[in-house]
Amino acid sequence: MSAERGPLFLARRTYRMRRLSDAARMLPVAGAVLFAVPLLWETDGVRTTRAMFYIFGLWIVLAGIAGVISARLRPTESEEDSKGPQER
Amino acid sequence: MTILNVLILVCILYVVFLFAVAFAADRAALRGRGSWLRSPYIYTLSLSIYCTAWTFYGAVGFAARSGLEFVTIYLGPTLIMIGWWWTLRKMVRVGRSQRITSIADLISSRYGKSNLLAVIVTVLAVIGTTPYIALQLQSVTLSFAAFAETDPTATTLPDMQSTALWVAGGLALFTILFGTRNLDANERHHGVVMAIALEAVVKLFALLAVGIFVVWGLSGGVAATLDRIDASAIARFEVSGSRWVGLTMLSAAAFLCLPRMFQVMVVENEDEDHLRTAAWAFPTYLMLMSLFVVPIAAVGLELMPGGANPDLFVLTLPLMDGRDGLAILSFLGGFSSATSMVIVAAIALSTMVSNHVVMPLWLHFSGGAAMVSGDVRHVALLARRLSIAGVVLLGYVYFRLSGGGTALAAIGLIAFAGVAQFMPALMGGLFWRGATRTGALAGLIVGAVVWIYCLFLPSFGPSVVLPQVVFDEGLFGLHWLRPRALFGTEGMDPVVHAVLWSLLLNTSAFVLGSLLSFPQPVERLQGAQFVNVFDHSGTPGGWTGGMAQSEDLLIMAQRIMGATEAQALFAEAARRQGLAGYLPEPSPSFLQELERELSGSVGAATAHAMISQIVGGAAVSVEDLMAVADETAQIMEYSSQLEAKSQELARTARQLRQANEKLTQLSVQKDGFLSQISHELRTPMTSIRAFSEILRDTGDLTPEEQSKYASVIHDEAVRLTRLLDDLLDLSVLENGQVVLHVQTGSLADLLDRAERAAGVQGGTLRVMRDRTAEAVALTTDLDRLVQVFINLIANARKYCDGQPPILTIRTAVIDGELVIDFTDNGSGIAPAQQAVIFEKFSRIGQHKAGGAGLGLAICREIMARLGGAVSYLPGQKGAAFRVTLPLSARMAAQ
Repeated sequence: MSAERGPLFLARRTYRMRRLSDAARMLPVAGAVLFAVPLLWETDGVRTTRAMFYIFGLWIVLAGIAGVISARLRPTESEEDSKGPQER
Repeated sequence: MTILNVLILVCILYVVFLFAVAFAADRAALRGRGSWLRSPYIYTLSLSIYCTAWTFYGAVGFAARSGLEFVTIYLGPTLIMIGWWWTLRKMVRVGRSQRITSIADLISSRYGKSNLLAVIVTVLAVIGTTPYIALQLQSVTLSFAAFAETDPTATTLPDMQSTALWVAGGLALFTILFGTRNLDANERHHGVVMAIALEAVVKLFALLAVGIFVVWGLSGGVAATLDRIDASAIARFEVSGSRWVGLTMLSAAAFLCLPRMFQVMVVENEDEDHLRTAAWAFPTYLMLMSLFVVPIAAVGLELMPGGANPDLFVLTLPLMDGRDGLAILSFLGGFSSATSMVIVAAIALSTMVSNHVVMPLWLHFSGGAAMVSGDVRHVALLARRLSIAGVVLLGYVYFRLSGGGTALAAIGLIAFAGVAQFMPALMGGLFWRGATRTGALAGLIVGAVVWIYCLFLPSFGPSVVLPQVVFDEGLFGLHWLRPRALFGTEGMDPVVHAVLWSLLLNTSAFVLGSLLSFPQPVERLQGAQFVNVFDHSGTPGGWTGGMAQSEDLLIMAQRIMGATEAQALFAEAARRQGLAGYLPEPSPSFLQELERELSGSVGAATAHAMISQIVGGAAVSVEDLMAVADETAQIMEYSSQLEAKSQELARTARQLRQANEKLTQLSVQKDGFLSQISHELRTPMTSIRAFSEILRDTGDLTPEEQSKYASVIHDEAVRLTRLLDDLLDLSVLENGQVVLHVQTGSLADLLDRAERAAGVQGGTLRVMRDRTAEAVALTTDLDRLVQVFINLIANARKYCDGQPPILTIRTAVIDGELVIDFTDNGSGIAPAQQAVIFEKFSRIGQHKAGGAGLGLAICREIMARLGGAVSYLPGQKGAAFRVTLPLSARMAAQ
């Protein structure tokens, strides 16, 4: 789908927007990895309370980041969803 | 008044309140005053139907059994929600632009509007949801029973079955009342959404209240609670990695695929931007819902007697402490969770059942004859109402049959695994253009079969549906087909095992089927529409600003119709609506008028698509595109016709040019002819004048001289006469006015005549003839033919410079034509002159005075009249002329 390539370099604002949408896509991946971290802890030495603090803390942080990103994220002029991961 | 009676009263009041809220919200929406109904927070709260009674009560039970693992059920949706930019946004956009009514509709419409796919999805959804509805009924009856048990005054326990029946009946009534008010699924159910948003608040409030009561009331603070957890049976974080990851993924998949989630997330979505708020608000909601689960479980395990059902700790802990008010609140929370789930699930399933099963069947059996729109509408509404009643009834029947046993407890995850089978077809459809209907069908069927065999049927327990021998030995005695150890994968958790295999095989079948099959045109169109939805659809947003739309419409209309006409049209419409200026309200009648106007310029389908893009927000549907394609085809046909026309015109112009050139040539020829004639006439006239003047003016002329001059004058006069005769002859021949005197004679006689007339006797020219070949009888205008022969022989006599000059006349029959060649032994005619010798006044060797140069021209004309030809025959020794005459003339003579 390289029929219509956008410009190679973008204005600062558009560039920010693109990176922000990158971040929005990364967030669930990062969340999934971070939520799985307790699995790597010592299996018999971890208290539920500690895991609770970790997980609920992470939960709040993720929701907060999602809030910040979502509030700033605006669809750019040319959606890049369909254009694949091009380096821009 | 006993607590049970209070509970019933509160319950009834709560239900009445819900009815009132739903009614008020519907009214407000109808009057267009409900802007607060479109708040993103309402949307977020409506998403909370994810938290059913199974999570409200069951999460604590889950935590009491396996610790923190319960949280995976919430982590999956959290990840999906914070990743809304990736999947949810696309789903919502597709849902809006394609006017999707359910997840079955989405999948079927992505894969070429295949109803078979929709039916499979619907059936799978009903199978997965029915036990889930039964679970909600069970939770309500159980919690009711929990109250009854603590009530010392209640002599008889209320019948669980009748409670469930009352609840089911009430829910069906509510759903039918508020869920089938309007037919178009795109018109949202404001009343229902408002009611479930309210219920979301109630259940969160109830759970938080119980949590706070447990932590600060029962345990005595956060630190004490943490100590209690550390001391409890669930103090250790002992979670199997596969279950943790597997359940997180499963809940994420179910969050996207559950029919009821799809209903609130996509169908009821007012504005894509609401996702922005839900992205952080819904994870926060889930976090709050699960915050106190572990403390409640730990405290419950410690305080409650050994045999107590951990699923009801949320209810029994306040009851045990005598906090009846809190207990009732908690009950209302569970009641809310159960009812909101049943209501939305019933709406979602009824939409699917009526749209994809009942309506096609009805249309099929009614033969499509009763296609009056009001009629279909009526049937669709009835079908939907019956479907709602049917779905709820099915849940109740399932509850009755299962007897409310423990088999229901695990049904939540089983249902999740069932609907997760939509995942490959759904995600593949949204992100992969190569996904085909065949692939989706294969994946869904394989996934559903594996799920039913490995998880759904075994969930009833050994020897209920599947006999024990199947569990031990596998299907048909095939060891690798054991439902809990497919392909020899023993020792896995049953849920993870079933999810792994069903989704793995489902995805493989989906991908393989898609790779190996070829999609239909509609499928490919829809595929492009879905995958590239952000390229096709306009910017999202509520369609509230009427004037903004009008302005957009005006801009578009100006582009198409021209500024003046468009402005006049808009101003006129505005005037009719009693508005000043150029922007009328985009009322249906005005839109219709505009569409008609535009369709005059761009075609009906295009106009419709353009207006709907601005006004409806609905992107172009396949039908629209097809119509556009048809119009384009028509236009292309027109243009190809135009092209043919213009080619024809070019051809005609070329012909006209050629004709013009010919005319010009003719005119030049005529000029040349006239000047030749004058010249030809002038030469003899000059001599005649000169000699007649001599005769007149010179007195002493000898009689010899007189006779000489007079004969010169006579000769020139004869020459003039001959010239004029020739000219007359030629003109007659050329005009086709000649009358042929058809006679029969022998060729030899004709040639004899010609020889004599040409003055061969007595001259130097010898004529060689083959008299045997000349014994041919001819029936034609003999005099004219002789004229030709005379001309040719005379030419040879005059121009042949052979020593001695010899003319050979050969006669033959070639290709059914009589061919007579006149060949002399002279120097012949130069190639450059061969082309012009048959033209008028062309003479070879100007120096040899002779005829006027009309002889050969006359010959050609005569032969043309006789149906033959005379031509120069190159490549002979000298000058050679070939006369051809069709044999039919000769045949006719015989």
